[in-house]
Order: sequence, then structure tokens, then C-alpha cells
Amino acid sequence: MKKLTQLSGLTVALAALSALPAIAQTATVEAAETAAEMAPVVDKGDVAWMMTSSLLVLFMIIPGLSLFYGGLVRTKNMLSVLMQCTLITAVMMVIWVFYGYSFAFGGGTSAFWGGTAKMFLAGVTLDSTAATFTEGVELPEYVFIAFQMTFAAITPALIVGGFAERMKFGAVLLFMVLWGTFSYFPIAHMVWDGAGLIFNWSAIDFAGGTVVHINAGIAALVAAIVLGPRVGYGKENMAPHSMTLTMVGAAMLWVGWFGFNAGSNLEATAGATLAMINTFVATAGAILGWCLVEALTRGKASMLGAASGMVAGLVAITPACGTTGPVGAILLGFVASIACYYFVTAVKHKLGYDDSLDVFGVHGIGGIVGAIGTGILCAPSLGGTGFVVEAGTMGAQVAAQFKGVVVTIIWSGVVSLVALYIVKAIIGLRVDSDSERQGLDQTAHGESAYNY
Amino acid sequence: MPPMATARGCPAPGKGKNVKLIIAAIKPFKLEEVREALTAIGVRGMMVTEIKGFGTQSGHTEIYRGAEYAVNFVPKVKLEIVVSTAMADQVVETIQSTAATGKIGDGKIFVIDVSQAVRVRTGETGEDAI
Repeated sequence: MKKLTQLSGLTVALAALSALPAIAQTATVEAAETAAEMAPVVDKGDVAWMMTSSLLVLFMIIPGLSLFYGGLVRTKNMLSVLMQCTLITAVMMVIWVFYGYSFAFGGGTSAFWGGTAKMFLAGVTLDSTAATFTEGVELPEYVFIAFQMTFAAITPALIVGGFAERMKFGAVLLFMVLWGTFSYFPIAHMVWDGAGLIFNWSAIDFAGGTVVHINAGIAALVAAIVLGPRVGYGKENMAPHSMTLTMVGAAMLWVGWFGFNAGSNLEATAGATLAMINTFVATAGAILGWCLVEALTRGKASMLGAASGMVAGLVAITPACGTTGPVGAILLGFVASIACYYFVTAVKHKLGYDDSLDVFGVHGIGGIVGAIGTGILCAPSLGGTGFVVEAGTMGAQVAAQFKGVVVTIIWSGVVSLVALYIVKAIIGLRVDSDSERQGLDQTAHGESAYNY
Repeated sequence: MPPMATARGCPAPGKGKNVKLIIAAIKPFKLEEVREALTAIGVRGMMVTEIKGFGTQSGHTEIYRGAEYAVNFVPKVKLEIVVSTAMADQVVETIQSTAATGKIGDGKIFVIDVSQAVRVRTGETGEDAI
């Protein structure tokens, strides 16, 4: 469970660099480091920040993502989206404690999963700790488990947008258990655990561009294709029922994302502040990018465009936020946003599948642009913090990033496909078309979102 | 004491010609202006309904992330005003001149004979009920 040990080496190197002007202090620093190695320190500031970050990520799911998605569907399906996000969160939290944490960070030496040693959080006590990026500084394991748990909860919830308005409620939950078990937990291990496959290729994924966004984006794409389009897709008016709630949700996502990104630094240090400023400015660049293209191509900048650009920018900066400079972050957000715009407005309609809320178009495409961009923008000459691949070149770093992306796409794609057919065999995927027309709120939950 | 209506609901002969119903569909943002103008000429009541419909204006297109949706029914406000026949032309002219923007979709006005009108509180009928 040693997260990004390469990066911690980098941090030490940076600390050494900053100490150069005061050579007299070097000895003291070294002495302090030696002492730190002997007795790991748990810093109260770090603990407080990680508790806060965990709450911020929860805030991203409910209410943030739920309202963002809820506003985008039609009135008759509002509650179904809120329910799916809420119940996915609850189910993922429970299985995270039962076995998810162990499968991802159980301490196993396999490159693909963490093993079963920490199932039901076996062996975790008030005294057990988890590593951070700084040698000798550790976190109480409970806060690390809680923080990572919120990631395991939001990632499946993101997929909801791909099959919104037509999937059986039970099928949603069963699919998420299968997908979480066989896609999210292993990929989290592969990318973030010291023994992980992609981690050891030195691919940078600071806060989850591959683990969360590409992973969920591909699952949503596969689900949208396997389920087929909504009844009336392309013919009936499927305009969002509340742009106001969509904006409220998107804004909540932005706020929560500081826990997601800056929290992924695991310590309340300068690294977290870099992630923070990048999470501000990349998003700003992305909003401007989307709105600019809209204004130029159709004459009007739309609010849904601003909200979509916001999310696209947040997705793109996620893997890069700890290693990119702020100017690089603005560029990355801007470029990713335009790529997503082009994909959801042009490419998607040509391909004809119904990814209802553009999970693949925004999270998948934004995630891929972000992951590859991370390999470019971490270059010191572009204001980044440096390459982490052994070769130390941009080409090698981009290649590592690319390999990480490809493995995630294939892994998540295959797991999603198999899981969907298992669910189809057991309980079926889609509601019948009468229920779909009537809306899932009434037919799946027996309630209405708005009783005037 | 007004006479109690003897044939409430049944049109008294000749009375219907004294009362007109004016139905107007106008642009929603013109409602307040029209209400003020009508109040100024002495109209003492009206019924207002938010409606959707289409006429010459047909509809418009809304685009959400590249998905175009035709909005075939345009929001309008429907006014229903019952006035004495003597006043009807003035009311129609006032609505027409106030609600007009000169652009397509300004709406329509219809005038209909009312066969009976009754004031619920007192039972007054015909013109007296307006």
C-alpha cells in the first residue's frame, strides 16, 4: 500500500534542492530525515486535511453528481438517478469494508490485486498506518481507508449517466457490485499500489484519471451500447428537465473535487496546494474553451456548455494536478474541453449510441486527453515537476501514460461487457418499454420528484 | 335588492347580445402591459392562463450538447375577458395595440357572444354581472 514511492523520492529530491541555498542546514535536514525514518510520524494537520477531503469527495457524489445527472434527465426519471447514485454509494461503501479495500490495498504482492489479507478490515487498528508521499510521515489507516472508499463509491456512480432512464434498478446495483469487484478494485491496485502493474510502469495518475474517469467512461460506453438507446431516442424531446439543478450539481462537483485532487496528495503540504491551484485554473480554462467553441460554431454560449466544460476540465486535470504547473493546467483544461465538445456534439451522433449523459464523451475522452497530457505537461521545461520514468524523457513518460490508458480501456471494457451479460442472464437489463415511457420514478420507486 | 335570477343558466332572450367574451393569446412578457392598459380603460376583471400552442410562429429549436430538439409548442398567455358589447371593440383595440411587437408570434384575439353571465355573490345576470 505504498502509494507512489517514486514520487516520494522526487519530493525528497525537491526538498534537498530547496535546502541548497542554506548548506549549513543540510546536515540538520538529513538528521531529521534519519530520525523520521526510525519513527513514523502521524501529522495532525495531514489527518485533518484527509478527513476533510474524504467528506469533500462524498459531497461530490451526493448531492453533486446526483443533482448534475438528475437535472439532465427528464422529470419522470429524476428520482431514479438520485436513487441509483445514493444506493451505489451505500453498496460500494459496504463492499469496500468487506473486501474492496483488501482487493485494492490489501498488501498483496500481485501486480493485479491486493489479496484477501485485509478483508473485513482484518488487522486494521487505531495504531495501524498508511504511507504518504513523504518517507516517515504516515496517516492513520482508517482515514486512508475512508478516503479511498469515497473514490470507490463515486466511480461506479459516474457510470449511471451512460444507461440513465432505462435500466432496471436491481440490475444497476448487481452490475456495480460486479464491476467494482472486477474492474475498480483491481485497477485501483494496478495504478496506485506499490506492487501494481501500471504503477511500476511509472505512469502518473495523481488523483484517478485512469482509475476513475477512463474506467467509468468505458463502462458507461459499453453499457450504453449493450442496453441500446432509450425509447424515442433521436425522435422525442429529451431535453434536460432542470438546467438549474445541473448547474448546482456541477458547481458542487467543482468544490468537492478539491478533496479529490488536493486530497490525493495525502498530506497538507505544498504538493496539495499545487493540486489545488490546478483544480481551479484548469477548470477555468476548460469552461472558457467549451464556451468559446460554442460561441464560434453556433453563435451562443450555453449554460450546459459551461457546466460540461467545467466537468471536462476537472476530469482532465485529475491525473495531472500534482505534476503540472498552473499554466500547463489551463492549457490542458482548454484542450480537453474542446476535444470533449467535439466528441459529444459531432462524433457521438455519427456513431448513434445513446450514452444518455455523455459519460464517455466527457469522462472517457477528458480522461484520455488528461492522462496523455500529464505525460507531456509534467516536463520541467513546461512548468511541471518532472518525469518519473527511469528514462527521464517525455517520450518515455507519454509511452508509460499511454500503456496505462490502454490497459484500463481493455480491462474495464471486458469486465463491463461480461458483467452486463451476467446481469442480463440473472435479472435482465432494461425495464419494459411501457415502464420506460411512464418513467422510472413511478415504475421503479413509486414516487414523483415534484408534487405541485 | 337585485332580483334573484329566475332562470339561472338559461339564457334570457335578448340578453346574450349585451355581453361579449374576448379571448386573446399573447406573448407572456406583454401580459403586465396589457393588464395596465385594460385597467386604464375600465376593464374590471380578466382570467389569465399560461398555455402552449402554435400558429404562424410554429416553434423553435433548442440545442443541448449538440442534441437538437424542436420545441413545437410555444408558451403564450391566454386572456379571457367578459365585457359589455359597447366596450368590446375598445378592449380588442387596446389588446391589439399593446400586445403588438410587430414580430411573428404576437398572438390572436377572438370575440364571442356570451349567452349568459351571472355574478355568483348576488345572482345578478347579463350586463349587471360584469
